[in-house]
Amino acid sequence: MIADDDEKWLAAAMTAVKQNAFYMQRAIDSNNLKDALKFSAQMLSELRTSKLSPHKYYELYMRVFNELGTLEIFFKEETGRGCSIAELYELVQHAGNILPRLYLLCTIGSVYIKSKDVTTTDILKDLVEMCRAVQHPLRGLFLRSYLAQVTRDKLPSIVSELEGDGDAQMNALEFVLQNFTEMNKLWVRMQHQGSSREKEKREKERNELRDLVGKNLHVLSQLEGVDLGIYRDTVLPRILEQVVNCKDELAQCYLMDCIIQVFPDDFHLQTLDVLLGACPQLQPSVDIKTVLSGLMERLSNYAASSVEALPNFLQVEAFSKFNYAIGKVVEAQVDLPAAGSVTLYLFLLKFTLHVYSDRLDYVDQVLGSCVTQLSATGKLCDDKAAKQIVAFLSAPLEKYNNVVTILKLTNFPRVMEYLDHETNKAMAIIIVQSVLKNNTHISTADEVDAFFELAKGLIKDFDGAIDNEIDEEDFQEEQNFVARLVHNLYNDDPEEMSKIIFTVRKHILTGGPKRLPLTIPALVFSALKLIRRLRGGDENPFGDDSSATPKRILQLLSETVEALSDVSAPDLALRLYLQCAQAANDCELETVTYEFFTKAYLLYEEEISDSKAQITALRLIIGTLQRMRVFNVENRDILTHKATGYSARLLRKPDQCRAVYECAHLFWADECENLKDGERVVLCLKRAQRIADAVQKMTNASRGTSSTGSVALYVELLNKYLYFLEKGNTKVTGDTIKSLAELIRSETKKVESGAESFINSTLRYIEFQRQQDGGMSEKYEKIKMEWFE
Amino acid sequence: MNYLLGAFKPACNVSITFSDGKNRKQVPMKKENGQTALVPLFHSQDTISGKVCIDPYQGKKVEHNGVKVELLGQIEMYFDRGNFYDFTSLVRELDVPGEIYERKTYPFEFPTVEMPYETYNGVNVRLRYVLKVTVTRGYSGSILEYQELVVRNYAPLPDINNSIKMEVGIEDCLHIEFEYNKSKYHLKDVILGKIYFLLVRIKMKNMDLEIRRRESTGAGANTHVETETLAKFELMDGTPVRGESIPVRLFLAPYDLTPTHRNINNKYSVKYYLNLVLVDEEDRRYFKQQEITLYRLKEDTSS
Repeated sequence: MIADDDEKWLAAAMTAVKQNAFYMQRAIDSNNLKDALKFSAQMLSELRTSKLSPHKYYELYMRVFNELGTLEIFFKEETGRGCSIAELYELVQHAGNILPRLYLLCTIGSVYIKSKDVTTTDILKDLVEMCRAVQHPLRGLFLRSYLAQVTRDKLPSIVSELEGDGDAQMNALEFVLQNFTEMNKLWVRMQHQGSSREKEKREKERNELRDLVGKNLHVLSQLEGVDLGIYRDTVLPRILEQVVNCKDELAQCYLMDCIIQVFPDDFHLQTLDVLLGACPQLQPSVDIKTVLSGLMERLSNYAASSVEALPNFLQVEAFSKFNYAIGKVVEAQVDLPAAGSVTLYLFLLKFTLHVYSDRLDYVDQVLGSCVTQLSATGKLCDDKAAKQIVAFLSAPLEKYNNVVTILKLTNFPRVMEYLDHETNKAMAIIIVQSVLKNNTHISTADEVDAFFELAKGLIKDFDGAIDNEIDEEDFQEEQNFVARLVHNLYNDDPEEMSKIIFTVRKHILTGGPKRLPLTIPALVFSALKLIRRLRGGDENPFGDDSSATPKRILQLLSETVEALSDVSAPDLALRLYLQCAQAANDCELETVTYEFFTKAYLLYEEEISDSKAQITALRLIIGTLQRMRVFNVENRDILTHKATGYSARLLRKPDQCRAVYECAHLFWADECENLKDGERVVLCLKRAQRIADAVQKMTNASRGTSSTGSVALYVELLNKYLYFLEKGNTKVTGDTIKSLAELIRSETKKVESGAESFINSTLRYIEFQRQQDGGMSEKYEKIKMEWFE
Repeated sequence: MNYLLGAFKPACNVSITFSDGKNRKQVPMKKENGQTALVPLFHSQDTISGKVCIDPYQGKKVEHNGVKVELLGQIEMYFDRGNFYDFTSLVRELDVPGEIYERKTYPFEFPTVEMPYETYNGVNVRLRYVLKVTVTRGYSGSILEYQELVVRNYAPLPDINNSIKMEVGIEDCLHIEFEYNKSKYHLKDVILGKIYFLLVRIKMKNMDLEIRRRESTGAGANTHVETETLAKFELMDGTPVRGESIPVRLFLAPYDLTPTHRNINNKYSVKYYLNLVLVDEEDRRYFKQQEITLYRLKEDTSS
């Protein structure tokens, strides 16, 4: 309804404007000054309406504005015809109504300025002063906007022409400043008119008008004469005075942004304290972070764009000024939510990182200020603030791409303390990911310690925190990060490295049952790597006191892995023990190796009950044991005996069989002459064959028909025989092999074994080896046999 | 001019010409019938000289008891119609009684005439100067001919010309202080001033400055006062806030003003007032009236 009326009134006004404009044009065409003035005044009277919304009023204004262009040209011509411009200037002021009078005055004033037969600044002064008469906010705003518009293109030339005439220059400046001030006052005043119910609507309307005000600042920035000195001494203080004093949220917010965007970077830099000094004085509801962030972003870009600018930043101590200002703002705005203040610090931090990337102390200071601020609010609970903090803490990470640098920031962990568990963990993930992504090496134990302190959200559960909803996959992923991380903790110096390992261990062991299986392996392997290095280097260069002896480290590992068995991950523990044993073996520490084996065996006996797991475990044990060189005969016998025993006690026969023939390897070490016990090898194989026989019988009995299992077992055995034959085990005789082959052949004849391809390739291999030159064919001569007859 | 002769058949044509008629400035003057005519302009102490020409119609003779020319300064009150009061009356006898047969010209001169009052054309009163030629005849009534003059007198620049400054207000509602740069303005002057708003608690629509003329005629119980608003000049649009000052600049030239006349011959006075009017949103008017003195400044010195 109201909108309809609005539309109607606008239409009526438009018609009237059109009509009067027509008459005005006609008067102009016939050079009738009097009528031209009369009709233009009538046309302008339409702008006196109070009925239109700002939006519609703007439409009307634009229409009139276009018509006034013709009038301006006419005035210009009129002065050419001998009518003095001073007379015209007076003549238009005879109009009875203020608004048309002032529009006409501005129009003729702009002509007057151009004609240059008068002191321009007097006219400017007069115009801006006379415009005071319109106190109605909307109409005044548009009138002054018109004034700014018609004088705009004339101002810069004035300033440049008046070069050297400082006074006049100042006057032109004064003109714009004053017009700006007055416009802003009017603009602000709009807010306080009408009922409070329509507050929002008014704000919207005002927002539509804001560019009218802002344009003045733009004009100011375009004035040629405005150098840094003038800007600092006159322009900025005047603008800020107005901004601060108007006490209007919308205006302050918009104008601060305008100032920042409109004037050159260098000016901002040189007047930082003034500009920043204004910030705490703004209304508490002003979104100051947007303002400051805009400024800091601009200056950051400025710093980034030109290298010459950087010394200026230092010279004006931009950082400390910002830091101080933000502190003040936070202090002044009591109601500022935590998220807000954190955002402010975030922007400051970004700025600092951009501009002073080499000044870690500054970065730390920002963090410190943030801590001080947070200490007042306590732990952060709201999401927004937490998000901001994460961004805040991530900023230096992203900048330096190096956690080691971050570790130097003493306040970094202090900030993290204010995070809730969830966020802390998220932050920890970010930190760890950063390390992984950038492949950062953290190379001292102290740093590692500090680092784990940062990442503790990932490393351990928080006291009293019960997270039921942890997604298992996510959890694993996270812990994988930790595991990968361990490998980035690295130092070439073994001494330091061992310290690192001690530190890592200390932290990782706090992880609790869910984390340990995922993290300990990484630690173990990292340690093993060190051991290998130690062994490769000089024999214990540090003396016995050093922590970096393989023995000590192994001892440590033993304890570490033990933690795993407590958390029901025996498979893993077993593997790790074996790994350690291997390392110990390489270091020729017999007792230690033995110890590890013992532990592995104990685990096997006590914890591993699943038969599949047993098979795997056993294989691992056998494999590892086979490689052990450090044992004396006695120890080795005990261990091999045990292993063979385990093999025979597996649940399923085929598994037994396989395990047993694997055990054969325990008696045969290729490169070690005193570990070639051909007899026991054959014994083992025979025993395996017996088990295979048993399997064969059992399957025949149970099904009466075919079974692939046992034939396959035979073929496998055959392969084992061939292997040892090749290795030169003299106890492996052609007869044994032949009889086994015979057996296989008869079995395959009986039933479809399903193992043909295996058999065939074995045969082909035999054939191939036989035709080889050298010793191999000799060995194979013994087992010449007719297969297919 | 012949209509004055009424039904009588005109016997002759009487005309008055000024000796410096061609050079003398003429100003427009509104006549009773509403038309404007150009009338020669004189100032006090001017010498009024010229010729009266009597031109009998063909074949006629004019018998007369004498011809004279008078310079009359008259004040005419409209509510007392027909009653002229002559405050100046100068006579020149042009001819002794006799007969005129043909065109006859009489030069005349009133040297350095004192014309203290200005021509004035008001609502209730008129002050005029007129040259009156009378051809006196015995029986058929005298032949009369009039020539209007306009008299304007320049005043010197006033020695003392203080500004008008005043604070007015309604308690807890509106306090303003206004200032006009002078109290005495010449007719082509411009009024400059400022209105300061010290307290504003009402919503204003606009503020106007009016020029009002107060003409009072007669004396005592018979005094008639007539007030006209000659100019209505908008000064401000909308409501100002406290501390705002609104400029005043009013050019007087476009308005039909006269100098202030005080007690002209004890018959009438014409005074001018500036009336500052504030109109609030409910169309209530708040005003303050201040007298100003208007005077006529010699043209070439007034810009």
